[in-house]
Parts: sequence; C-alpha cells; structure tokens
Amino acid sequence: MSGGAAAAVAPAQRPAVAVPALKDALLTALVAFGLFVPIVGLRTDVGANGGLVLRQRWGDVAVLVGLAFAGRLLMLAWRAVRGDAKPATAARTALLRKAGTFVAPVLLALAVLLPFIPGTGRYELDLGILVLTYVMLGWGLNIVVGLAGLLDLGYVAFYAVGAYAYALLATIFGLSFWICLPLAGILAAFWGVLLGFPVLRLRGDYLAIVTLAFGEIIRVVLLNWVSLTGGPNGVTGIPRPTFFGLPFSMSGEPGTFAGFFGIEPSPVHRVIFLYYLILALALLTNWVSIRLRRQPLGRAWEALREDEIACRALGINITTTKLTAFALGAMFAGIAGSFFATRQGFISPESFTFIESAIILAIVVLGGMGSQIGIAIAALVMIGGFEVFRDLDEYRMLVFGGAMVLIMVARPRGLVGSRTPTVALGTRRAIGAEHVAEGRG
Amino acid sequence: MAEPILEAATLTMRFGGLTAVDAVSFTAMRGDITAIIGPNGAGKTTMFNCITGFYRPTEGTLRLFRDSAPVELQRLPGHRIARAGVARTFQNIRLFPGMTALENLLVAQHTTLMAATGFGIGALLGAPGYRRAERAAIAKAVHWLEATGLIDRADDPAGALPYGQQRRLEIARAMCTDPVLLCLDEPAAGLNPRESEELSGLLRRIRDGGCSLLLIEHDMGVVMGISDRVVVLDHGKKIADGPPAEVRADARVIAAYLGEGDEE
Amino acid sequence: MAYALQQLINGISLGMIYGLIAVGYTMVYGIIGMINFAHGDIFMIGAFVALISLVMLVSGGIMEGPAAILIVLLVSMCVTALYGWTVERIAYRPLRGSFRLAPLISAIGMSIVLQNYVQVAQGARVKPLEPVLPGGIEVLRADAFVVQFSYMQMLIIAVTLAVLAIFTWLVTRTPLGRAMRACEQDRRMASLLGIDTDRTISLTFVIGASLAAVAGAMYLLRYGVIDFYIGFLAGVKAFTAAVLGGIGSLPGAVLGGLLIGLIETFWSAYFSVQYKDVAAFSILAITLIFMPSGLLGRAEVEKV
Repeated sequence: MSGGAAAAVAPAQRPAVAVPALKDALLTALVAFGLFVPIVGLRTDVGANGGLVLRQRWGDVAVLVGLAFAGRLLMLAWRAVRGDAKPATAARTALLRKAGTFVAPVLLALAVLLPFIPGTGRYELDLGILVLTYVMLGWGLNIVVGLAGLLDLGYVAFYAVGAYAYALLATIFGLSFWICLPLAGILAAFWGVLLGFPVLRLRGDYLAIVTLAFGEIIRVVLLNWVSLTGGPNGVTGIPRPTFFGLPFSMSGEPGTFAGFFGIEPSPVHRVIFLYYLILALALLTNWVSIRLRRQPLGRAWEALREDEIACRALGINITTTKLTAFALGAMFAGIAGSFFATRQGFISPESFTFIESAIILAIVVLGGMGSQIGIAIAALVMIGGFEVFRDLDEYRMLVFGGAMVLIMVARPRGLVGSRTPTVALGTRRAIGAEHVAEGRG
Repeated sequence: MAEPILEAATLTMRFGGLTAVDAVSFTAMRGDITAIIGPNGAGKTTMFNCITGFYRPTEGTLRLFRDSAPVELQRLPGHRIARAGVARTFQNIRLFPGMTALENLLVAQHTTLMAATGFGIGALLGAPGYRRAERAAIAKAVHWLEATGLIDRADDPAGALPYGQQRRLEIARAMCTDPVLLCLDEPAAGLNPRESEELSGLLRRIRDGGCSLLLIEHDMGVVMGISDRVVVLDHGKKIADGPPAEVRADARVIAAYLGEGDEE
Repeated sequence: MAYALQQLINGISLGMIYGLIAVGYTMVYGIIGMINFAHGDIFMIGAFVALISLVMLVSGGIMEGPAAILIVLLVSMCVTALYGWTVERIAYRPLRGSFRLAPLISAIGMSIVLQNYVQVAQGARVKPLEPVLPGGIEVLRADAFVVQFSYMQMLIIAVTLAVLAIFTWLVTRTPLGRAMRACEQDRRMASLLGIDTDRTISLTFVIGASLAAVAGAMYLLRYGVIDFYIGFLAGVKAFTAAVLGGIGSLPGAVLGGLLIGLIETFWSAYFSVQYKDVAAFSILAITLIFMPSGLLGRAEVEKV
C-alpha cells in the first residue's frame, strides 16, 4: 500500500512539516478562542431580580481551545502520514458491492428473526420499529430524491398528513386501521400531487425551499386549527391496531389475539405485531421501488435526474413523471405516518418538525442516493447511533449535526455512490459515481 | 418524392426587441436531407429550437405531414413534439451519462412502453403484455446499437463513451422514438474527418430507411456532401434555398459567409 | 388610519432586519450557488453575542446608551464574522465542486450544530433583556390611539441604512467587490485571471455574517427576547425576502426584506397572528411559482 511508503518517508520530512503545522494549529486555536470566548466563556442567566447576569467559564473555553489545537494538529499529522494517496474508489465500490450482495440478505434475515433472537426485549423491539420506520421513510423519499432527483425538504408533511388522516378517521368516524392505512396513503399522495403540481418545474434549490415552506405551513395549520386537530395538544386516544380484528388485550378472552390462538396474553405480542407490520410495510416500499426502477416509469425518473431537457426531446411528459414520483413518495410517507399514529396512540404537531425532514433526507443522502441497502444501513447507523447517544442528553443533537457535516465532508456521495444498470445485454456492471448525475430539480 | 414533410410559413421569433428569425418560409421534402446553414448569429439554432418545440415561435406556422392530416407543431407542448414524430439531437450532447447506452435507448421508447404497461401498474404486477413490449423495445435498441456500431458498448455508461460514440448514441436514441423527421444540431461538431465521413454514411442510411432529416451544420464538407437541399439564413432571413451546387454558387451566400460573416 | 401608520413603521423596522439577513443569503447564493442553510443561525449567534456583550457592558457599569450600542454592534459583527468564516471553512469549502446535495446536507448539519451549541452553552431558556433605549416620538394622536416612532425603530432604520451604504460602497467601488462580482459571473475564469477565489468566497461569508450580526443585534434590541431557535424562522423569512427581491440582487434583497416585514406586520395586525408565518411561507411559494426570478432578478434562460 502506498500509505506504508508515505509513512516511511514521513520521518525525513517531519521537521519541514512540523513547523507550519504547529503554526496552523496555533492559528486554529486562536480562531477557536475568538469563537468560544463570548458564547461559551460568558453564560447569561436570568438572575434573581429578573435581569440577566453573567457567569464566567474560562475553564471550559480553555478545554475547547486546547481540543481545537490538538484536533487540528492530529488532522495535519494524519494528512502528512497518509500523503496524497487517494483510495481507489472504483475498487472500493466494487468491494462494497460484493459486501452489499452479502450484507442485504443477512440484514433481512436478522430483521425477520429479531423478535426470536434471545435477549431481544421490549426495548430492542421498540428500537427496531423506530429504525424500520425511518428505513421506510428513507426508501420512500429515495424515490423522490434519489431516483427522480427532486430535492424535497418537506417530506415530513406527508408523514404528518398520513398520521393525522388515520388519527382523525379513526377517532371521528371509527374506521379501522386496515381501512385507514390505504386511505392515509392515498390522501398523502393526493396532497403530494396538490403541492407538487405548481412547484415541480422549479430548479433544485428553489424546490427544496418551497417544499420546506409547505412542510412548515402544514405544521402551522395543524398547530392552529384547534377545532379539528386539537392544536398543540394533538390527537389522543387513537385506536391501537388489531390483529386483523383481534385486539391485543390482556384479558385473554376468546375474542382477543391471545384468546383466539390460545396463548398466554402478553404486552409483547402487540409490539411484535407492530414490528412485523412496519417490516412488511418497509419491504413493500422496497419492492415497489426496486421493481419500478427496472421499468419505464423508474427509468424515466432516473433519466429526468440525469437530463431534463433530453427527456423532453424524447417525448417524456416531465410534469406527470415528476408528479408520479412525488405522489408515490408521499404515499409511502402517509402510510408510514398512519403506522406511527397507531403505534404511538397519540400524535401532535411536535413530531413533524423540519428536523424530521432533515433526518430523513440525511439518511437518503448518506446512504448513497438511489441505493436501497445503503439507505437501510444509513438509517440503522443514524437512528441507532442516535439512541446509543441517548445519555448525552442535550449534546445529542449537537453530535448528530456534527456527524452530518463530517460524513458529508468525508463521503459526499454517501455509502454507496455507484449505480446498477436496470437492464443489460451482458452482465450488469456498476456505474461509478463520477458519471451519475444527481438531478437539478 | 415531391411530398413535403415539414413546411414552415413566415416563421418569426422575437426575443424582446431582437428578431432572431424573421418571416422565414421553407419546405423540407419527405425523404430528403435538408440542411440549414448560415453564419454565426444567423438564427439557425433559434429556428431549430422552434421546430423541435423548445421555443414557441412568435408568429408563423410549422406543419408536419406525418400521415395525411398535417400537425401544427407550434401548437404542441414540448413533449408532444417527439410523439408527433420529430426527434432531435443536441449540439452539446445531452445523453443520460449515468445510464448505460442500452438504458438510454430504452428511455427513448418511454411513451410506447408506458402505454404497453398500463401506465406502470401492469408492469409493476408483471403483466405479460409488458414483457412482450420490453422485449420488442430491447430488440429495437439492439438494432440501432448495431446500426451505429455501438453494440459492444451497450452495457457501458453513456458518460464513459468517447465523444464520437456519444454523438452516434444520441442519434441512435433519437431514432428509437420512431421519428418521421430527425433534426440534428451540428452533428459533425468536434468530429475528426474520418468520424465525419462515418457520420455522413450513417445519416444517408437513416434517410434511405425512410426518415427525413433536417440538420444545422457548420462543416461545409458534410453539408454539401449529403444534403439534398440547403436553406441559407443570414441575420434571421432566408437568403437562399436550393440544391447544394446552386446554393454554393449564390452570390448572396458567398457575401454572407465571406463579407459580413467575418465581422461577427 | 393611525393604526395603519403605526403598522407601517413597525413593518419597515422589521423589514430592515429581514433585509440585512437576506443580503447574506443572496450574496452567498450569487457566488457559490448554494443556500447557506446555516445563515439564519449565524443571525442567531449575532443576537447572542450582542446580548452577552451588552450585559457585560451594562451590568459591569462600563457604559450605557448609544455608545454601548455601538460597541455591542462592533463586537457582535467581529465575532459573528468569525463564525461565518469558520462555518464556510469547515462545512462548505471541503465540498466545493462536489455534488450539489452534499453542501446542502452539510449546511443543514451546521445549522443543527449551531443551534444546539448555543442551547448547550447558553441554555434553552429565553433571554429577556430590559429595553436599552426606551421612549420615542409621538408622531400622531388620533382619538385614543397614539402613533409612536420609537427611538429603537429609528436606530434600526438609521443603522441599517448606514450599514447598507457602507456595504454597497464595498461591493461596487472596491477591488474586493470587483473580485466578488467576477466570481459570481464565472468562478473558474476569475481564478484564471488571478483572483483568489477561496479568499473571495471566505470574505463573502464574513461580510454576510457581519450583516447578519447587525440584524441580530437590532432584533435583540427591538424585541428584547431571544432564544437559540430564532434563527430558523428568521432565516426562512429572510430567504423568502431574497427570493422575492430576486436572488443574486443586493437591492432586491433589501426590497424583499421590507416587503416581507410589511406583509407580516399588516397580516398580524389585520388578520391573524397565528398564521403570520403561513403568510410568509405562502408568499415564498407564490413568488417562486409565478415569478421565479423575483422582482429585481434576472430571468434565467437555459441554453439548449
């Protein structure tokens, strides 16, 4: 490896490298000092008389400045050792791909068997449900962002539409979950078409900001339309799902799940059922995306991402093609939303803030746009990691945002940047990221 | 062979105060290769964009005679032009670089395939009609890959092909839409003499296959060699129209190219 | 009538704040073609630095009144500019020339980082501030309603105009401004002609951040309450202003800011306060759909 060669050369170069590096690190420390002195060093608090008082925390500033200095120095040292040896991306993607063909079935098997793996308790299942919800949302958004190249920052709006659709239909009209699930999806898709129609001709960044605005509008309306949505108090008492009509009840009567199958009633039954439900829904999303990708519609989405003008010259109706992607993505978000509502039993606008959209988008981009397995892994890493850092409390989001920046800087194309052709005369060969466009609108 | 395929009548395109194309009328005949030439800024590209639906002409009509009743192209929305039977290529090649050559050609057959799939739903459920349609689409793609000598590159991403092959792939892609009129925007730009020669051969074969051609070209060698008819524009107006030999001798054409042309 | 006049005054002073933030968006968009998602949070940082330095000056008994405000402005501008520079250096520069979505995601990440950093460092509770410059001029008295033009509002308008004048001079008359405009036209060509594009882009962020700092300080002084979350809404509204004015156009950003400020104020005064954000967002959507190049922007024509 060339890394070893660089390391061998490094000692000779060290004196020449060390001085500028030290200077650089000192400068970094100086900048850090300027950054941290006011915000960290001087904490404002509401004092006894209602006015603001300052508390000085120079120790914290010193630690942070020291960290910045050391961090920069280490980074420079790492760069000097590693040299300019760029990792062979083609070889690495090929490797990842091989690993991917192996990882996907293993992950799937693990997901299917999870409830029966010894040591899996309520907590693990709940976490699994959470991760799978984001996997489904990621796959849904991937249709819009990854395949069609439409940048949507308001995806959570459709998730909210689905959740509220189920919550309201169930609490007001008493409709069952199984009727509401497709209804919520259709309703969300309808909203997708309604919102998408006027804005889909906008350029990428503009589309992003308009979808963000739509997301916020829907949230503000949910917050303020108290008579329908309960405003900030949300909707409570949303019916829990039944096993195709059999409620999960602790009584063990013949009409319940446990009674019907003659097993000991347990609260875990419902969790396991919910787990398999979201697994099935996520796999449905996956199946539809994979299948559509190999068909004219999916190919048209990808073509649209590559070059819109060429698509028009080939007779592809850009508006309807974009709308189908937008609506389909919205539909899956709506279905995931109604699942969310039935799982929680309670929803409020607080669950549908912009940050949710940002997280889902980050999962899609981090996974490598268009790659199903990449997105699943990204969701697992991000949501799982988020849970692991639960103890960090208020530092959690800080770490999360920082990780987003770091990952993007390190791997702007995500985990899996290559693309598999949808059809081939000979063997399918992965297409390197350098050729694949990512859409402009 | 005296039937027209495209008839432009008093075609005018204004951008604000600027008249890029000024009341140009001409007729392209069925089975002909018609070339539009002219010095820089003559309005060739603007006219080309009107014909292919990227601009809407300010005035005038564009009639395409496909079967019996003529279609007024200027009334159609952009994506309907291709369905009406006009295909185009771009001066600065616009392939789908991340998709393979084969995929590029399948995207071109989107309209037919979508109709065969029941607009996606049939395909999703694996209806047999769709499988048949896709097999036919692949067969057609293979035919055009062979015709353009790209069959060995079918599974390579379009973005990885060399320039000359990308040009040919773009023509193959346009042909996959089953056009009656193929419009080419400077197809020989950037090609070496040997590639230009091959291109001329390919264009002749396409014409002999029954498709009419309309091209904008700077390379006089290509234009004079293959065109059946040449339309010359200068400053947005038509200054000559006729067989290549006739046009080449036209005093106004020479003036446009040698005289004022140099100043631009 | 008197009520409307009061709203006009309020709307203009609010609009000035939006305009100052919008300039930062429009400049960055013009030069590197990305939405600097963290810009709203830079504005929030500016407000916090202003708050901290003001509390230090006043509670330390060092100085009060207009002199203190001037110092606060300068301190806030310097520190916030440093934040702007750092954000660009860490999150955007490594991604220059990369895929378009990458800088956007990293900008969103940066926005999350800044918000939570301030939350951690300064606490989640809102920070109330006693009025620094109370009082004002009575413009008009109609029946029981008094139209007041407060000293604070005058200050906002005066400072904004002064800052914008300096800024306009900077962009139109100095070599730096020329370099910025050159980068905006064609970055590669500019660098071929010997312009240090990295430095120019850094300076763009620095200038944008210091304008946002002025806006943050003004916001703090005018409303007297800030928290770590004010950047998000203010950012989206300022972006709306930039788009409404025509993105890339500096006078457009200020004009857009004024319009958004006025619309928001009048909407709250005559319709409903709860839905004032909906009004702003709807304007954004409507502008983009019907007038994507904005009021003063150039239409973009795609060459085929």
